[in-house]
Amino acid sequence: MDAQLVYIGLAAIFGLFMAWGIGANDVANAMATSVGSKALTIKQAILVAAIFEFAGAVLAGGEVTSTIRKGIVDADMLSATPELLVYGMLASLLAAGTWLLVASRSGWPVSTTHSIVGAIVGFAAVGIGIEAVKWGKVGTIVMSWVVSPLTAGIIAYLIYRSVQKLILVHENPLERARRYVPVYIFLAAFTMTLVTILKGLKHVGLEISVQQAYLLAVAIAVGIALIGSFFIRKIQPDPKAEKDQHYITVERVFAVLMVVTACGMAFAHGSNDVANAIGPLAAVIGIATTGTIAAKSSLPIWVLMLGGGGIVIGLATFGRHVIATVGKKITQLTPSRGFAAELAAATTIVIASGTGIPISTTHTLVGAVLGVGMARGIEAIDLRIVTRIFVSWVVTIPAGAILAIIFFFAFRAFLP
Amino acid sequence: MANMLANIFGSSPVEPLEKHIDIVYRCAKSLRPFFAAVIEGDETRMAECRSQIEALENEADDLKKKIRTHMPKSLFMPVPREDLLGLLLVQDKIANRAKDVSGVVIGRNMRIPEPIAEEFRDFVESNIDAAKQARKSVRELDELFTVGFKGAEVDLISELIEELDQMETETDKKQTEIRSALFKIEKTLDPVDAVFLYEVIQLVGEISDMAERVGRRLELLLS
Repeated sequence: MDAQLVYIGLAAIFGLFMAWGIGANDVANAMATSVGSKALTIKQAILVAAIFEFAGAVLAGGEVTSTIRKGIVDADMLSATPELLVYGMLASLLAAGTWLLVASRSGWPVSTTHSIVGAIVGFAAVGIGIEAVKWGKVGTIVMSWVVSPLTAGIIAYLIYRSVQKLILVHENPLERARRYVPVYIFLAAFTMTLVTILKGLKHVGLEISVQQAYLLAVAIAVGIALIGSFFIRKIQPDPKAEKDQHYITVERVFAVLMVVTACGMAFAHGSNDVANAIGPLAAVIGIATTGTIAAKSSLPIWVLMLGGGGIVIGLATFGRHVIATVGKKITQLTPSRGFAAELAAATTIVIASGTGIPISTTHTLVGAVLGVGMARGIEAIDLRIVTRIFVSWVVTIPAGAILAIIFFFAFRAFLP
Repeated sequence: MANMLANIFGSSPVEPLEKHIDIVYRCAKSLRPFFAAVIEGDETRMAECRSQIEALENEADDLKKKIRTHMPKSLFMPVPREDLLGLLLVQDKIANRAKDVSGVVIGRNMRIPEPIAEEFRDFVESNIDAAKQARKSVRELDELFTVGFKGAEVDLISELIEELDQMETETDKKQTEIRSALFKIEKTLDPVDAVFLYEVIQLVGEISDMAERVGRRLELLLS
């Protein structure tokens, strides 16, 4: 029993640390544009992010967590030696954490998701056996890492083109923006709510029929769109600022929309990335408390809350600084462009979360930004960095795997 | 910590280009007090204006170099990099001409002959106006990038460029007129002075030529 407490304790500490890192770094991607465009103050952004990250983690984080927990390693092979899975999951957390630390110190853009999946595959394939890995599922996940940025890019391209066509190219873009932005708000809110209700709520014990889900999503989205329209109506043009930049008031209208998509992005991020931290923890807890690998055991809600809480702590401690830094660097992502990127990324991510596929939220967002760029929306994208992201992507998987293998054998040798 | 999202953005060329034309225009505008001093024969004032023109031309030059180094080949932009660099180059030439002409005048300690002084002042004004119109057009760049090079904004810039073309034609006309006015009095002048006056007129006129070429370059971005 003591040993099991040690395992759970270790896994909780590692998991919490991962969650903290995710909160400190990645959340900035969702909120920085809103802060940069002055749609939200930093304090408001942190509050919004905290609420939606937490909600995303707890309400919609279950599917991906369950994939990390038992979708990659074939648990049946380990029924005689459940402690191996415990060592492996601990090793994976430590490996991913170490790799992220090393990589970010060297300035390499690596993804938390890629590190943790690489690590789990690594320990399972080498520490246990090639056949212990569910290669079919792993294949799907890796495919989704290509598909998700691509999908987000295409959606973002289409959304931004529609913004150009419906609003920007016209002679009175402000009037057009006032008319169409509430529609975008509705669409954003509708997509987010619908996927959450359909895919997420069963984890909290709510059973809702598909029909009810659609009705509820429409109702909530209409409500949010009405609130948005209220704020949009309050926006009045500032003739002095207009002289320098004719689109400044239009962008202020889009900033309202951006607040909604930022919430969606935070929610989506929480729903997908929380699993990186707590998926392994959930696996350890499952084994340590029952002594066996019970594939059916459900995910305790407090684990999701721990993950969500860790993200919020990371956000509160370091997030402020990162949001400010990132916000200054992404001024090209004005609200009209930023919302298109965020809505596309958030939709893609939430769908992945609903299907239980761990994807890189940052890569998806980068794909979305490139999509806006393809629609001639971004002044300058540095293709060198895009290449580096791709290279880091390829390097991260073996790196995570090798580290996990080392830690795995160390744990097996030294842990009780 | 490296942030992927922040790093994929290269530095936008738009604001620096607008800043560059701003400096260039201020440089060209300084020809107004400069030639006023030349006409009055105020040598100290001439020197002051000349150093101001030089300083602004240097500033434009530095910014030009900075923009170039921040525009590597790996940048993915909505318009070809070459077109933006071409625009930058002709913008810079406006400042170059202002510097050149003030250099010739200072170097030979020239004066504008009384009979053509008023006409010459007017000719300088027209060229400065053309530079101003070029600045006005380039200042629409950020809006152009915002809307994705389509729609009402494109029409607006096309109009500005058309006005710019008309202004250039106007200064061309003035240039011919002032040349014939100079021709009428050239016998009364020192021959070398006369030759250099033609040179000065030519250089001043090139400011509106360059301004017009800024318009041409902008037009390329629209297509």
